[in-house]
Amino acid sequence: MPEQTIDLKKRRFLTQATSVVGAVGMGFVAWPFVSSWKPSARAKAAGAPVDVDISKLEAGQLVRVLWRKKPVWIFRRGTEANAALSSPELEALLADPNGSGNSKSQQPNYANNTHRTIEGNEDVAVIVGVCTHLGCSPTYRPEPGAADLGGESWKGGFYCPCHGSKFDLAGRVYAGVPAPTNLVIPPYHFVSDTLIRIGVGPAA
Amino acid sequence: MNNKQSWIDQRFPLTKVWNEHLAEYYTPRNFNFWYFFGSLAMLVLVMQLVTGIFLTMHFKPDSAQAFASVEYIMRDVEWGWLMRYLHSTGASAFFVVIYLHMYRGLLYGSYKAPRELIWILGMVLYIVLMAEAFMGYVLPWGQMSFWGAQVIISLFGSVPVIGPDLLTWILGDYAVGDPALNRFFSLHVVALPLILVVLVFLHIVALHAVGSNNPDGIEIKKNKDKDGIPKDGIPFHPYYVVKDIWVVVAFLMIFCAVVFFAPAMNGYFLENANFIEANPLKTPDHIAPLWYLTPFYSVLRAIPPMFGSQFPGVLGMGAALVILVALPWLDRSPVKSIRYRSAPFKWALGIFVISFIMLGWLGMQPVNELNAFLARLFTVLYFAFFILMPWYTSIGKTKPVPERTTE
Repeated sequence: MPEQTIDLKKRRFLTQATSVVGAVGMGFVAWPFVSSWKPSARAKAAGAPVDVDISKLEAGQLVRVLWRKKPVWIFRRGTEANAALSSPELEALLADPNGSGNSKSQQPNYANNTHRTIEGNEDVAVIVGVCTHLGCSPTYRPEPGAADLGGESWKGGFYCPCHGSKFDLAGRVYAGVPAPTNLVIPPYHFVSDTLIRIGVGPAA
Repeated sequence: MNNKQSWIDQRFPLTKVWNEHLAEYYTPRNFNFWYFFGSLAMLVLVMQLVTGIFLTMHFKPDSAQAFASVEYIMRDVEWGWLMRYLHSTGASAFFVVIYLHMYRGLLYGSYKAPRELIWILGMVLYIVLMAEAFMGYVLPWGQMSFWGAQVIISLFGSVPVIGPDLLTWILGDYAVGDPALNRFFSLHVVALPLILVVLVFLHIVALHAVGSNNPDGIEIKKNKDKDGIPKDGIPFHPYYVVKDIWVVVAFLMIFCAVVFFAPAMNGYFLENANFIEANPLKTPDHIAPLWYLTPFYSVLRAIPPMFGSQFPGVLGMGAALVILVALPWLDRSPVKSIRYRSAPFKWALGIFVISFIMLGWLGMQPVNELNAFLARLFTVLYFAFFILMPWYTSIGKTKPVPERTTE
């Protein structure tokens, strides 16, 4: 047998190569486990659009439906409340009244207006009822001037009991509250005059 | 007898382990009240494991059945109410014991060299324990379970760029629901308890390698007799084993009084809103995490949104936890124990304890202007304890440390 010396360089190369291949293999094996946490086919199917009949919705009334397991409010604003949304007095209290700042991506483009609704249906609001602070569901407090919410400075809207965030009747956030942005407007469209489909926008 | 023992010892180091960790593990003779809580934490861990195993036999991790299955355990399963109340009271007792255990570390400088790793392992244990407790609280699927989960999990949604996708990945759905409940159950009963047990093992291995600190903050290994036994040490077994048995009995008397007479502890151990089944359409009027998480919840609420994001608050809350790990390197004082510390440190520790308790109390209160101001004030004081530590531990006059333990 010929005299053998240990080739340390070769040994180190082989150790490192084996480690690298092993690490890559671990990565591949980890993927199915990580991936199994993503929404399953069943969860995705349950996230399908939902239809809401608004034929019996009176001015001031609000209905809650679940879309993708989140509460969505559909409510009809009276003429007065609707007109008040564009008053300078209210807009002065809001953090981002026209959705051009931090709240830019909180609504689909077709709802980026003062009323935050589809054009032509300004009286029916559709808003995801999840506070943009930490995910509580704010309560509906449409009465302007409510004493417990600051009296004169309260113009009607939504109040989050968890951390005190305030939103107006278009889901726009008041300045100086914990919530950083306006409430989310989901994609929606009118299937007919009295039927709203939440989850899909209007056909372009 | 000796034959059997040597038969085992040739195949497993039984006598060696027994001696190293009990019969010949020399413990400082001057332990006081504050040194009970490590053993008590082990007791509570075992209790939680045992009651948890039995609760799992009856619980259904399904959003449609979870709430009813807990009520089934309470009403229909023989002694089920006892298992459940032992487990729910045990969770709060765990944190009572752990907070006192950690405070002991602060009092006597147990985190200082050469015990940094014991401290770090302990901090990781503490954080894993918080995750374990949070997920356990979600399982009964009451209103507070649901909305607590909603608030805590939405913290991940505030991470810039990847936030929303991360949120969906954690929940396995677009909101808190059945997939979240199911995976929290798996983590709560399998993954996290395993991690906890392994970490406790490492925590104790590290402790027994270095040796216990004591109320005088001196190293007993520096003074050994001719047999190599520390002069101020006594074997853990039987001395501290017997003492701990006494402590266990005293602890269990208080613990059982809570289990039998006030298991909900007036809403502090089991919140009133959690006796109503989860309703994704309606947030309870007042929402607060359980008492042991409220100091950090206060820090989260105290930091206002910046740049249109809640993320700074989340970072602040994370920092309040992670900064504890740095303690061994922030403390520049030459002495360990509060008995010989300088006056500035005593003041700082006092302010820190008040800040922590006040943050905990504020975390349970509704938000108003005064509370928001106080939360900010105490958040600043909380962080000041750590950030200013290199300064105030290097000024002031420390007292001379004795060579041997004092009575």
